[in-house]
Amino acid sequence: MTRHVVATIDEIKPGGRKVVTIDDREIVIFNLNGDYVGILNRCPHQGGKLCDGVVTALITSNEPGQINYARPGEIIRCPWHGWFFDLRSGQSWGEPDRIKTRNYNVAVTGGNELVEGPYQAETIEVTTDQQYLVVET
Amino acid sequence: MNIHVSEAEAKKRAARIGLAIADGDVHPALPKPQAIYPYLSQRWRDHMDTYGMIPRHQYQAGPAYPKGNPDASRRDSYPPEGGRPGSSLSFMRAQHLDPNNVELGILNPLAPTPGNAQNLELSAALATAMNQWQLAEWLEPEPRLKGSIMPPYEDAAASVEEINKWAGNPHFAQILLLSRTAEPLGQRRYWPIFEAAANHNLPIAIHAFGYGGNPVTSGGWPSFYIEEMCGHAQCCQALLASMVLEGVFEHFPTLKIILVEAGFAWLPALTWRLDKHWAKFKGEIPHLKRPPSEVIREHVWLTTQPMEEPDIRRHLKDTWDWIGDDRLIFATDYPHWDYDDPIEALPIRLDDEPRRKLFRENARTVYGF
Ligand code: FES
Repeated sequence: MTRHVVATIDEIKPGGRKVVTIDDREIVIFNLNGDYVGILNRCPHQGGKLCDGVVTALITSNEPGQINYARPGEIIRCPWHGWFFDLRSGQSWGEPDRIKTRNYNVAVTGGNELVEGPYQAETIEVTTDQQYLVVET
Repeated sequence: MNIHVSEAEAKKRAARIGLAIADGDVHPALPKPQAIYPYLSQRWRDHMDTYGMIPRHQYQAGPAYPKGNPDASRRDSYPPEGGRPGSSLSFMRAQHLDPNNVELGILNPLAPTPGNAQNLELSAALATAMNQWQLAEWLEPEPRLKGSIMPPYEDAAASVEEINKWAGNPHFAQILLLSRTAEPLGQRRYWPIFEAAANHNLPIAIHAFGYGGNPVTSGGWPSFYIEEMCGHAQCCQALLASMVLEGVFEHFPTLKIILVEAGFAWLPALTWRLDKHWAKFKGEIPHLKRPPSEVIREHVWLTTQPMEEPDIRRHLKDTWDWIGDDRLIFATDYPHWDYDDPIEALPIRLDDEPRRKLFRENARTVYGF
């Protein structure tokens, strides 16, 4: 497992997102009100770039006429054909067991910890007084 | 909105596709409705400003059903310089033609579609304007793109005039109608259009959608957009049955029809049913000398997008085999939301030869390029 330092925590505001490239692979990092998550920037359906998608909610129904609107801000819709993906798990809503986009753990780590451990930070300069987002691949 | 088209990425993609491809359905758009004004006379500009174009489905400004995405488009397809998706030639080159190795892209402009206008004189003026606009702003600057002659198709006489004006111009590949016409398309009122097409050896593309004034499903106005999307299969079945059964192809034996954006897996079942009934009702339609399936195989091509995606992929291959691998033309529908990607969309494996047919040869045959 490799740890990659990709951003400082305040680079991505709540509700915001950032595309980072790790080993030629684009990953989109989201800030879900303080929780940071990452997904592969490639829709498993036909390859639309998920970073251009609209973030929405899980809209379900137990019966006609009744609607549950849950987890606003945590579901992304592919900018092409509109498949929905859970930002926390990468699972698709259409076929959760079969279709998912790869998801990544994003840890918030202090700069002081990072200067000690093995990590890769190609473009980010790490200082001990900052908090960083670290993606594991 | 971030737009992600790097030149390096585009080159990589084009190399992966390898083959130079034909795309049977590309949608250029006016950046805004008034962009057609330079091609309209002052009389019609004033008319558009004062009254607008009243479509055959009456007094509403936009489509009857909200689309899968705003402006029915991929969310990453807005040109960086502004304007509607599909309105910038340079961005279409960068996002679609170059990276997807498109050597022949057939333009199907949809807005405005002259045939949708209730006012027939406006319909004719818009038809000429849309044809001039395509030529000046798309076809002359970009030789990879070929245009559609757009006739004011609810007015057959005016349509013939418009077709005659453009036929023979090498920038135009086909005549474009939308599928929801005012009456079933095989009926006599449309025959002069078929005659002109046959005379000029131009295929007629029939693209899904349009405002004929009838509900978008055969059962009436449905509640959901998803029903409109599935309704295209019904609509195209009805128009194809009408054309075959009215004897259009008996009368115009060289006529070529391309059904665009209505799917294709429904076609075998339709022909089985038509053949079954034809055998019993020869007395009702004695002018139809051959089984409908035979007529359809000879005269009809289909673009593949939006491709059916059955769980058991070989079922798609079965319909493919039935329709014939020389009849299907690849199309992306760029920049619309249900775009089929040339690398990713094909759910089945094709050998080299059928692949070449799908991505290039069939289009060349039918459009004659
Ligand atoms: S590419 Fe994402 S839904 Fe099709």
